Amino acid sequence: MMKMEEKAQKSKLNLDFSIVAKARKTAKNIANETQKFIDQHTSTTIERTVCRLFGIDGVDEFEVPLPNLIVDNIKKGKGLGKGAAIYIGNAILQTNLSPQEIAERVANEKLDLLKLPLEDISEIKAVVNVVAQETLAKISQNKKKRDELIQKYGDREGPLIYVIVATGNIYEDIIQAQAAARQGADVIAVIRSTVQSLLDYVPYGATTEGFGGTYATQENFRIMRKALDEVGEELGRYIRLTNYCSGLCMPEIAAMGAFERLDMMLNDALYGILFRDINMKRTIIDQYFSRMINAYAGVIINTGEDNYLTTADAFESAHTVLASQFINEQFALLAGLKEEQMGLGHAFEMNPDLTNGFLYELAQAQMTREIFPKAPLKYMPPTKFMTGNIFKGHIQDALFNIITLMTNQRIHLLGMLTEAIHTPYMSDRALSIENARYIFNNMDAISEEIEFKRGGIMEKRTNQIINEGYNLLKEIEKEGLFKTIEKGIFANIKRSINAGKGLDGVVKQEKNYYNPFMEFMINELKKGGN
Amino acid sequence: MGGGLYSTERKGFDKTLDLTRIKPYGDTMNDGKVQISFTLPIEDNEKAIVAARELTMKMGLDDPSVVFHTALDKGFTFFVVYGSVVHTIDFTTIHVDAVDVEIMSKEEINNYIKQNIKRKIIVLGASTGSDAHTVGIDAIMNMKGFAGHYGLEGYEMIETYNLGSQVTNEEFIKEAIELKADVLLISQTVTQKNIHVKNLTNLVELLEAEGIREKIILICGGARISNELAKELGYDAGFGPGTYAEIVATYFIKEIQIRRELNKM
Repeated sequence: MMKMEEKAQKSKLNLDFSIVAKARKTAKNIANETQKFIDQHTSTTIERTVCRLFGIDGVDEFEVPLPNLIVDNIKKGKGLGKGAAIYIGNAILQTNLSPQEIAERVANEKLDLLKLPLEDISEIKAVVNVVAQETLAKISQNKKKRDELIQKYGDREGPLIYVIVATGNIYEDIIQAQAAARQGADVIAVIRSTVQSLLDYVPYGATTEGFGGTYATQENFRIMRKALDEVGEELGRYIRLTNYCSGLCMPEIAAMGAFERLDMMLNDALYGILFRDINMKRTIIDQYFSRMINAYAGVIINTGEDNYLTTADAFESAHTVLASQFINEQFALLAGLKEEQMGLGHAFEMNPDLTNGFLYELAQAQMTREIFPKAPLKYMPPTKFMTGNIFKGHIQDALFNIITLMTNQRIHLLGMLTEAIHTPYMSDRALSIENARYIFNNMDAISEEIEFKRGGIMEKRTNQIINEGYNLLKEIEKEGLFKTIEKGIFANIKRSINAGKGLDGVVKQEKNYYNPFMEFMINELKKGGN
Repeated sequence: MGGGLYSTERKGFDKTLDLTRIKPYGDTMNDGKVQISFTLPIEDNEKAIVAARELTMKMGLDDPSVVFHTALDKGFTFFVVYGSVVHTIDFTTIHVDAVDVEIMSKEEINNYIKQNIKRKIIVLGASTGSDAHTVGIDAIMNMKGFAGHYGLEGYEMIETYNLGSQVTNEEFIKEAIELKADVLLISQTVTQKNIHVKNLTNLVELLEAEGIREKIILICGGARISNELAKELGYDAGFGPGTYAEIVATYFIKEIQIRRELNKM
């Protein structure tokens, strides 16, 4: 990764870094302003995450997860503003039971957390702090294990080849994932079942039926992690596992991923707002805690800017992607993520009929690389202009592969020649991996050999995007982030602040709100720890 | 010349085009040449090549040639096969029920509505069921449209509501009733295991149960949709890939007008 940083030191595009600095400062103001709102709120899924971090797991006879039952119990009694930790800690003091036993009693209606008299708050805190430290030690242990394995095998230099599996059946996914790893994939993302982002709970156990993907459950995470560790040992490489924090359960899935040593998580509130119609207040609050857990677990987040370009025009809207990357960077920093954990998203989505489209794509990718030199950028393949013409599609993917190599992108989501037809077959993935490896080897040193023309098409283009991006950020700073989204600046999609899914799960924090995990994690992260 | 791909030996077939007996074309009329690629769940070895050859012979390929094979993983082998199809099709007997209207421009469509229907047409669209892709419905409905063809949102005489993706059929119908929609557009882009067929059928059943099926024009579109399939499923029309907003609009304004005239009689 150091290599990448050094390469980016000298701008190949003669970028105006004074504007970049101003844009970054503006994005910081925007994030700080929004953070004030975040700091005053919690949500149902954040409190369910607290339950999960206390070790509460399992479902009742109707498949309702115990964390949901606990939080519903507290919410019904109007106690959620204090935080679930207070009530669970209180119950521990009063009953001497473990959090899991307490949850089971709540599920059987043998216990009502709100009916127990509240003990002294400092005693409650002392109890929950002990449990919290134990959990965090477990998560740190997982992080250490990952570091050791990467150390043992050595990490892949250059782009990581990222492929998806999406059979709906976790056991079939394993066959596909292990085959992909043997073919050369470095990262396996298990695409979620399409309805999952809108579920306000996390399904339980191993699953074999899903549409367009496989449910994210802790058990599925565990099974896939084990399978990838096995194939990784066989190949002498660490195979990274990716899943999706986005949706109505962002922090819960982050916690499950921290327990099962996932390596990357899609994590982007803006994506949920725009593309899943999730309420903006809800998801921006959820994003904060979920990113903090990702940060603590050493997970690389992937942001979703690439998606804007599937609805808006990739050429005209390039500056909205840049503005969003700046904002995402600042939100990530506030949550304790290091730059090395920020897989900021962008995409190769210009109309193939555009004259010099390749140059514009190349310019944008190089610009993003230089503006975020330490970030493991996540570069997404063409999807919007993929047709059933698999032969042309394979070439579109090849051009995309070339840009990744020329501009040192890190997380390279492979395009499939059968995009827009079906979820990948084993052979589609193999052909795409072969395409990428051919180019990566055949053009290995190209980024060190090549320079761009001073005052040329690419230089002019990128400086225009930087200026437009900065102007947009100034506009957002003036209006505030929420208002900007209401106006439809991103992806041409308008969302209103008091609409969308999950709004009823937003809760104002009371004065004595307590979340031990948040306290410990952010303190440690701010000290540069973990 | 030797054998294999470059063989010049097998030229003893009739090279005149006969529409009652058409065959694929490689570089000579009636040579029947096709390419096929597939994966078999077996190890990559000599036996596997024979298996691939025999399979393609069963598919109707004469003298198939396995030009490429490689192991995808333990127990999985990928093949590329070329061969000559023995089957023929009588092209003269094929009847296709494509949506057959002369396509109007955006302006012509707006004028047609103003002159004939004399009010805005309400169009409700969504990518329904589990499908998370909005590419199709956006291309038809959103202002931007696709490839320079503006979407319905940009038509002054058409009022559009695009509900996006993963809309349940129940939710979709509720909106249709509330908005008094004239036209329903359902997009199905990427689906697994034919789930789109089930989902599309379910919508028709629900519309019938609500008693509004006859009151609306029901159209579906998507990568694997044809007009024939759409009609079979109980839709008024279906549009495949490469369809632009004006094609769909031309169809539904004409259809609305036909129904209006029928009602007058």
